[in-house]
Amino acid sequence: MQITFKLYASLTDYLPASDDKHAVKLDVPETITPNELIDQYQVPREMAHLVLLNGIYLNPDDRDRSVFNEGDTLAIWPPVAGG
Amino acid sequence: MAWTRNVLRVNLTKGSITNEPLNMKWANDYLGQRGLATKYLVEETDPKCDPLGPDNKMIMTTGPLTGTMASTGGRYSVVTKSPLTGVIACSNSGGFIGAEIKNAGWDMIIFEGKSPKPVYLYIEDDKVELLPADDLWGKSVWEADEMLHKKHQDPLLRVATVGRSAEAGCLYSGIINDLHRAAGRSGVGTVMASKNLKAVAVRGTKGVSNIKDPAGFMKATQEGKKVLAENAVTGQGLPALGTQVLMNVINEIGAMPTRNWREVQFEGASKISGEAMKEPRPSDGRPNLTTNAGCFGCTIACGRISTIDKGHFTVDNKPEYWGASGGLEYEAAWALGSDCGVDDLDALTYANFLCNEDGFDPIDFGSTVAAAMELFESGAITTKETGGVELRFGDPKALAWAAEVVARGEGFGKDLGLGSQRLCEKYGKPEFSMTVKGQAFPAYDPRGIQGMGLTYATSNRGACHLRSYTVSSEVLGIPEKTDPLVTDGKPELVKAFQDATAAVDSSGLCVFTAFAWTLEDISPQIDAACEGDWTADKLLEVGERIWNMERDYNLAAGITGKDDTLPKRLLKDAAKTGPATGKVNGLAEMLPHYYEIRGWTKDGVPTPDTRKRLGLNPKGVAA
Repeated sequence: MQITFKLYASLTDYLPASDDKHAVKLDVPETITPNELIDQYQVPREMAHLVLLNGIYLNPDDRDRSVFNEGDTLAIWPPVAGG
Repeated sequence: MAWTRNVLRVNLTKGSITNEPLNMKWANDYLGQRGLATKYLVEETDPKCDPLGPDNKMIMTTGPLTGTMASTGGRYSVVTKSPLTGVIACSNSGGFIGAEIKNAGWDMIIFEGKSPKPVYLYIEDDKVELLPADDLWGKSVWEADEMLHKKHQDPLLRVATVGRSAEAGCLYSGIINDLHRAAGRSGVGTVMASKNLKAVAVRGTKGVSNIKDPAGFMKATQEGKKVLAENAVTGQGLPALGTQVLMNVINEIGAMPTRNWREVQFEGASKISGEAMKEPRPSDGRPNLTTNAGCFGCTIACGRISTIDKGHFTVDNKPEYWGASGGLEYEAAWALGSDCGVDDLDALTYANFLCNEDGFDPIDFGSTVAAAMELFESGAITTKETGGVELRFGDPKALAWAAEVVARGEGFGKDLGLGSQRLCEKYGKPEFSMTVKGQAFPAYDPRGIQGMGLTYATSNRGACHLRSYTVSSEVLGIPEKTDPLVTDGKPELVKAFQDATAAVDSSGLCVFTAFAWTLEDISPQIDAACEGDWTADKLLEVGERIWNMERDYNLAAGITGKDDTLPKRLLKDAAKTGPATGKVNGLAEMLPHYYEIRGWTKDGVPTPDTRKRLGLNPKGVAA
């Protein structure tokens, strides 16, 4: 199963250097959870504040569940704000 | 007391300057800045007055914590009746001049009447003069600032001035202080120019020593700074990426208004984001972002200072734009960028430089250009009106041209200076205008963030995000996460944000502290500085009183509950992509309950009981 994994703001440093600095396409098993991906890329869990699955906020309780479908996008930010 | 208790009254018609004591009863009820100055405006002017006539007044006002050691205590506001909206205007700015006014010994400056000739106000503590500004008239903000510094031979002089756009009558011109900080919204600069007042130049050396409990204030402000420093948003996120960190977030959740709000996601968002500003450009190997910057007393320092590639088409052979200057904040980047479909970061930065150089609001400017692009593509305007320019979405050259003609008030720039609503009405397509009460929307599509629809519809100064920033809760999870796609609970959320923000805006502090502070963090600082008992509950009560006072002013100015609405595009045309696909804004589900919890009638009028509870007795509105 292929998904897109995006890291933004200060988390971009946890992605390997690539043409697109914020995103990588990954082949993952269907059973993988968001937190397993977060750990795999060594993103500190406390910095994975805003976790969006296809743009929709993923509650912390759902991050240990197998939630991915083919073509999904997981995007993560540390605590951020603006105005 | 952190108020100086001194009000400066400047009658521009007579050329007179008087000093009078601050009304301390009002200070107790309205705190300062936004609330207190609005109280003065309400008491002293007719809400039906011509905003650009001599009967309108313009008040530059500080808060009790402005100029103190409290973090972010550098804010000031400009309160007047808006020529853009016809309702209350309160435009808030940072930089350094607010603290300078306070350090010169003044809580607020009330400008009334209209000068027969261009003048500027010069303040050096107690020495206050109206001086001729014939040589400054016709100059940009940056030119006038430099001329005033040279004339007074004082590098520490702080200057707030209007640019050429305001002189030309652009209805969304702001007042720029310290070169690139702006009281930007609602056309407060247009009002200033209408009074033939070009600038206010201030040097204050008195300090702010009148603190009720100095030791308690030092302790409270230190604790507040510690909270800001240890918070991931105010301590790390905002200094590093500024407000522009939101570009990718808001695009990802499908609430990024694009091409005049016809779409909710912009394919070029990542190219104009906060992250992109830090990346080296392929053209010269340097990033757009030069450094971050802070306003007076600020320990967050979210400001952006940027540099354009010298080889970029916008600044080719224009060395005056090669230096570092105020860069893109999220609101400017969105309005100039995705709303116009432009993904050229340096072109947006150039347009933003011009907004600062000649003092016009990048939100209303960008939105008006976006509306003009839709008018052009629909055939409602042609190259005949634009003087030959193809005003098409996605064209950075069209954007740069538009900024140049608005800055100088030339040709089609006069039409663009009308703002989106009047422009679209003029060319027979009012439905293209994305405004509430005549003011353009900020950067959050309320089809994807439902609470923001109610925020915009009910904002007392027309469409605005800074009156109740429910994005904080609905998207960012501050103070707690709510679902952006539902309307349940949003009336309560909007009211809570509106009341709390009105209090913060009246204190002299920056509203961005609210990403880390609650009123429980703010109230000890105000309480230690100011006479009286300033609990968090009292601040909320003051905020609610201010909100209702502003509402009554607007009702007396002529609006009704029917004006609390959104353009049909947001109520009828569903989002086509992203999480909000198929959704419109559910304003009708939220507005009646909002009126109810506000203590207003079903027509949006504060009830007698509500006014009595808040101690309001407005003029010119039905009881």
